[in-house]
Amino acid sequence: MNEWLVVAGIGLLAISGLPGLVLSRTGSSGERVAAGLVIAGAIAGIAGSLRALIAPATAVPIRLGWLVPLGAFHVEVDALSAMFEIQVFLLAALGAIYALAYWRQAEHPDNGRKLRASYGVMVAGMALLGVGRNVILFMVGWEVMAIGAFLSITAEDHLPRTREVGYLYLIATRVATLCVIAAIALLVVALGTSEIEGSLDGGAPLATAIFVLAAIGCSIKAGVMPLHVWLPGAHATAPSHVSALMSGALIKMGIYSLLRFTSLFTAPPLWWGITVLALGLVSGVLGVAFAIGQHDLKRLLAYHSVENIGIIAMGVGIALIGRATGRGELVALGLAGGLLHVWNHGVFKGLLFLCAGSVLHATHTREIDHLGGLGRRMRWTSSCFVVGAVAICGLPPLNGFISELLVYLGFLDVATIRPGALWLIGVVSAALLALIGTLAVACFVKVVGAVFLGEPRSSAAANAHEAARPMIGPMLVLAALCFAIGLGAPVIAPALDHAVAAWAPELQLQPTGALAPLTKLAMVYVPLIGLTAAAAWWLARRFRGAPTQVGTWDCGYAAPTARMQYTSSSFAQMLVASFAWALRPEVKRPELSGPFPATSEFHSEVYDTVLDRLLVPSVERVDEQRRWVIWMQAGSAHAYVFYVLATLVALLIWKGGG
Amino acid sequence: MDIVRPILQALFILAVPPIMLGVIVKTKAQFAGRVGPPVLQPYYDLAKLLRKRSVFSRTTTWVFRAGPVIGVTAPLIAAAFIPIGDGDAMVSFDGDFLVVAYLLGLARFFTMAAALDTGSAFEGMGAAREATFACIAEPAFVMGLLAIARANHALSLSGFLGPSVAAHWPHDGPSFVLVAAGLFVVMLAENCRLPVDDPSTHLELTMIHEVMVLDHGGPALGFISYGAAVKLFVFAAMLIRLVIPITEPGWAIWLALAGGTIAISIAIGVVESTVARLRLTHVPAFLLAACLLCALGVVLLVR
Repeated sequence: MNEWLVVAGIGLLAISGLPGLVLSRTGSSGERVAAGLVIAGAIAGIAGSLRALIAPATAVPIRLGWLVPLGAFHVEVDALSAMFEIQVFLLAALGAIYALAYWRQAEHPDNGRKLRASYGVMVAGMALLGVGRNVILFMVGWEVMAIGAFLSITAEDHLPRTREVGYLYLIATRVATLCVIAAIALLVVALGTSEIEGSLDGGAPLATAIFVLAAIGCSIKAGVMPLHVWLPGAHATAPSHVSALMSGALIKMGIYSLLRFTSLFTAPPLWWGITVLALGLVSGVLGVAFAIGQHDLKRLLAYHSVENIGIIAMGVGIALIGRATGRGELVALGLAGGLLHVWNHGVFKGLLFLCAGSVLHATHTREIDHLGGLGRRMRWTSSCFVVGAVAICGLPPLNGFISELLVYLGFLDVATIRPGALWLIGVVSAALLALIGTLAVACFVKVVGAVFLGEPRSSAAANAHEAARPMIGPMLVLAALCFAIGLGAPVIAPALDHAVAAWAPELQLQPTGALAPLTKLAMVYVPLIGLTAAAAWWLARRFRGAPTQVGTWDCGYAAPTARMQYTSSSFAQMLVASFAWALRPEVKRPELSGPFPATSEFHSEVYDTVLDRLLVPSVERVDEQRRWVIWMQAGSAHAYVFYVLATLVALLIWKGGG
Repeated sequence: MDIVRPILQALFILAVPPIMLGVIVKTKAQFAGRVGPPVLQPYYDLAKLLRKRSVFSRTTTWVFRAGPVIGVTAPLIAAAFIPIGDGDAMVSFDGDFLVVAYLLGLARFFTMAAALDTGSAFEGMGAAREATFACIAEPAFVMGLLAIARANHALSLSGFLGPSVAAHWPHDGPSFVLVAAGLFVVMLAENCRLPVDDPSTHLELTMIHEVMVLDHGGPALGFISYGAAVKLFVFAAMLIRLVIPITEPGWAIWLALAGGTIAISIAIGVVESTVARLRLTHVPAFLLAACLLCALGVVLLVR
């Protein structure tokens, strides 16, 4: 039942954009049909996966034959899948509603229909990946998701920058697929079946190879630093509802795949967990550090995805450490924290990208330093953005704090292990997570301040207008979820327990509610919110009738202008300088000389160190040497036929000889 | 006792913090050879501010008004986790010190956002510095408390700062001394005291907290000053609980806490009278020293 609902949902998502392709290019019927189909599919999918999450015992796997070698239509929704499915379906529906106003067919006659078709295919691929339990079905989901995402990112393929970003994504996803296919081939050998089920010993000969290949492939998909190179550009360039979906759900499918692979291994080696934890720490700290250096609103949010994937990876790392050392509480806290952060990040990052899209729609710029003062012009968008910002910084009482607290508690548990030296990892990781938290606060205060507060820095910002209702609606839903998950954590905890149990079925685990003080924390929120409301009410009464039309205190200076405000670059300058060893900022300082210096300007830019300073130069260096090999790829069909023939003959000789 | 203690704790938290500011100012006046304002002056100031009217810049939005509100409620709730008196705190659970850190982070978020809401370059400057320095102070705070937690086999503030901590001094004393020194520096930085920030000046290019609240006035400023006092008290109380040498729960802890609050205020006053403010570019190094002290405190637990 649950499985069939989800499959029906996937089907509806997959075909959602197709009717539009044959409907009128100018009318709005195509977009309405698409949104309606996505919503219908999402309702079916959420209903099925919610039931699977609440009552995992109701899972009845679908197993149908399939003519593909090794293939079978084997679909199962366990609690682990359901966690990810709910997120995919929810964000898909909200994105489709948002697109009704954000990417209207009337405004995008050339690519609107194409985008809706590829959007449906992308989300269907993601949902299929989450439930397919046959290796071939899994790879079909993985590939459909990748291709759909490529087509969605390159919706505006008339722009050279978009094409560049699309190709980079394509290269990255090819490499990821190669690794995952290799991992799956080894898995089939190790398991002796083409279904993703059963259990393997973590010390088995092939286990290490499977883990390394799967970890690389999934990390590329998830955007773990330093394999994140495709992510910032793709998130920044894609249409905003696609960015929201990719950041909120698509990169999580990398995490899902890693969890699905690792769930098969009982007693994994300790270094697996430590490796994943270390990758998480690197991603977390450097992701937020790079975010602070950005001027492009969506690129900044993209780097925060790298950071949050890092936090999720920390949780997964703790869980792997717990599974390796037989400590159930580490498995429960780490994985519950990681999985809840998957949800939370989907909610607040989806929200932030939708808000960013609304800003982009209103001002036609993503340049933070050209904005300002939007809080008075776009009240709903700015309030939603502030909610998302508080949530992503992991501040109480919103949702981000709960998952970060669970990960912290995992670290604290590691930090009290004795004897041995493992506890030092817990202390260092907790301190680094605290660093990530404060850096995130710095970064989001910068964004909120530069974009929404103060005075507008350009006429585009001054003339901004509030977004249309179909755009505000999804934002409000996500903002409400930030509060709901934050305040209702004790209610959600049992669902997390089911998902954790699905990952490590061999362990007897305590419920998250018993390990983490979720109920007590929720009780603390009551006086916090009550006191804040009371204080706000009292102050508001005292402020009634206060003069509101005076200027900001400017130290007696007579003619302040909006350009004198602290910009986001100046706000970030000290932090960028202290992370210069990693960020390598390019700074152009003004050259002033003589008593009457000419007009000059200051400019600083933080490029992606891994991509722009490491990968691109080394690829260029290789490219210089290509004449040595280029004759092999001359473009002659005859030559290619010869290659195929030569390979076949070689294989025949090899096989015949053996 | 179970009903009386939380009430006493709440009264202590509500009433005591402003006196710290009074004692600090008095100490500084003594050092300068002046009489100085009365110790209770902060209370008079608060009463005056709450009765005053407010003015708002036309640039500001609701964020500007939210800053003072959250700036006082979040530290107050954070104080509820500190074990005041002879028993547990009003609320206590494993990992509660992280809630304290993040509640103070929430207050910081809105204080900085309120500063940026004015569109003033001055206040932006202050907010940027606050954001930067917090990034070094926070890991030191978490590491320091985690060292105490590990030594005490407890993960809640009431557990590892309660009477048991005194029993662990003979064994883990060196580590505690380092952590206490680190936490003292963190307290100075987080509460914008000298040598990181000068709370007694206005309109100086080198200050942090005072410049962020330049445009707040009247009741809003009252809220901010009171919230700042509560935040100072939160850090001071943790430090006092770490060093109180009383192993038996009892009324003596109340006295020690009250005395400690005064003593730590005097200590801050002495620091402020004898130390010059650091150059802004040297502040990160100062805070890194606090980080290192706490890290060394952790390292000393390895055996």
